[in-house]
Order: sequence, then structure tokens, then C-alpha cells
Amino acid sequence: MSDNVSALDKASYEGFVKVEEAGLRGMITLRGDLGSVKIKNAATGVAGVDMPEQGHANSVEQSGLAWMSPDELLVMLPYGDVNAALAQITKHLKGQHYLAVDVSDARAVFRISGAGAREVIAKLCPVDMSQDAFKPGQFRRTRMAQVPAAFWMGEDEAVHIISFRSVAEYVFNLLKNAAAPGSEVGYLNP
Amino acid sequence: MLILTCPVCGVTGEETEFHGGGEAHLKRFGPGSGDTEFHGYLFTRENPKGVHFERWRHNNGCGKWFHAARCTMTLEIFGTYLAQTYEPPQHIKDAITAKRPGWKWREFS
Repeated sequence: MSDNVSALDKASYEGFVKVEEAGLRGMITLRGDLGSVKIKNAATGVAGVDMPEQGHANSVEQSGLAWMSPDELLVMLPYGDVNAALAQITKHLKGQHYLAVDVSDARAVFRISGAGAREVIAKLCPVDMSQDAFKPGQFRRTRMAQVPAAFWMGEDEAVHIISFRSVAEYVFNLLKNAAAPGSEVGYLNP
Repeated sequence: MLILTCPVCGVTGEETEFHGGGEAHLKRFGPGSGDTEFHGYLFTRENPKGVHFERWRHNNGCGKWFHAARCTMTLEIFGTYLAQTYEPPQHIKDAITAKRPGWKWREFS
């Protein structure tokens, strides 16, 4: 039996925020008409959270749903549950026009926590990270320096980041650099 | 720096999150068309100082194509709209007229 490991095997770094690679996460790309009740039910059924509105993500522990575009959802769940979830989606959506693919091994997940988490993102992404503009629950696909990334914020103000696995090390180094002690800007936390 | 709002996902971002796709509202002339028309479709492009219509793609976001009306001189965005149309919607035309009375671009004004 192969021993699956995530890109950086849960590497972590302690700067003015804590940067952690979150380990393996099950992810399913689900494309289809997000207005369709069947597709909504299939997604919420396997993820166990409510359907997120446009530009938002709902997540509980390892499971969640993220709104990627008007025809795409990202279903997150524990790594080991993906095959069962895909089978459940296939059964539920038989005859519908949709696409569901296991992308777990194509992604890396990071978590940054601490008071300066907003600032670390603001240094790397062209996104307004002020407390009025970016609220917990919002989900944003954007660019992190030179690579595509997506992130959302939990209620505890910790930021969860998804990138492609092939650039995991680049993203981790970016985050480490942005979180280096002494590099606080303090603009977002007056 | 252009600040664009993607009409598909509603995200407002700056231009490095997007990618320009050239002039909008081109009519394709393919097999069966004359040489002049095909040449026009391939090579003839507007190069205005002022109001311009372009295609953009939200490539670091939702990945969808959309159209933008902007000013090439001031880099001001008059508005963005969905790509599934043959001409700019009326509210975009009105927004341009409000700021650039008497504007003209190809057959639109």
C-alpha cells in the first residue's frame, strides 16, 4: 500500500504569523449548473455544509464547499473519503449534465494563523484585505505573486490557502518570506 | 493600472489578475468570405485614442471571458459586461456618453 503524503509533508514556519502546510485534503471539482437543485444537493450531501453564495466558502474542519465560478464548485472533504463521495455524486447525478473529478493530489493547502494573517496575504495578492473589505467566509481566487491561488478566511481569522501542488514549495517560501519576523507593516492592524 | 470588475463572478481586481484578449465585437469572416472581408477580420483593428472596447479574461479568478469599455488615454473603465452579446448594452453606452459625449467606435456610438 502506498503511503500518500502532501507536497511539503506538513511543513510549518513560525514568523509573526504561523504558516503551516495543512497536509492532504480531499478535493473534488464539481462543474455544472449551480442553480440546479440536484447539483446543489449532491454537493451539500457529500460536504455536509450549506451551499455557499457567490464568492463565498462554507467549511467545517476538513469539509467544505467553495464557490469557484458560476459553473464550478470545489468540494472539500477528508482525503480518504473522496472515492466514496465521488461514487455518491455519480449516483445522485445520473443523467444530469455535470463533471466531477478528484483533484486532491493536484493541490496543496496552507493555513496561516495569527494577528497578522491579513497582512501576509495583502503583501502577496492584489486583494483589499482590510477588515471591511474581506470578511470571514468570503472566498477569493486570485494570484499569489506569480502563481494562481485561492483563499478564504475562517471565523477565527485564520486564512486557508489552496494552490497547485506543483508550486507548493514556491507558495510556502513566499508565505515564509512575507511572515518573516520584523517585516510587519502594521497597516491593517492600527 | 486598470481596475476591472468581472461581470461573471463580481470580483473587482487590478489588471494583473486579468488578461487582455484584444479588440471586442469582431465579426468573423471564415470560409466562403471574400479576400477583403477576411483581411479585415484578420488584420484591421481599431487603435483609438479614447473610447475602446476590449475582451478580457479573468484568468486568475473564475476564468471567464468578458468585455470591457475603457478609455485608452485615461485608463478609465466605463463598464464591463458579459461576452455573450453582439454589441455593447445600452447602460454601457449611456455610461460612456455621460463622460465622452459624441463618442464613436466602429459602428457604435
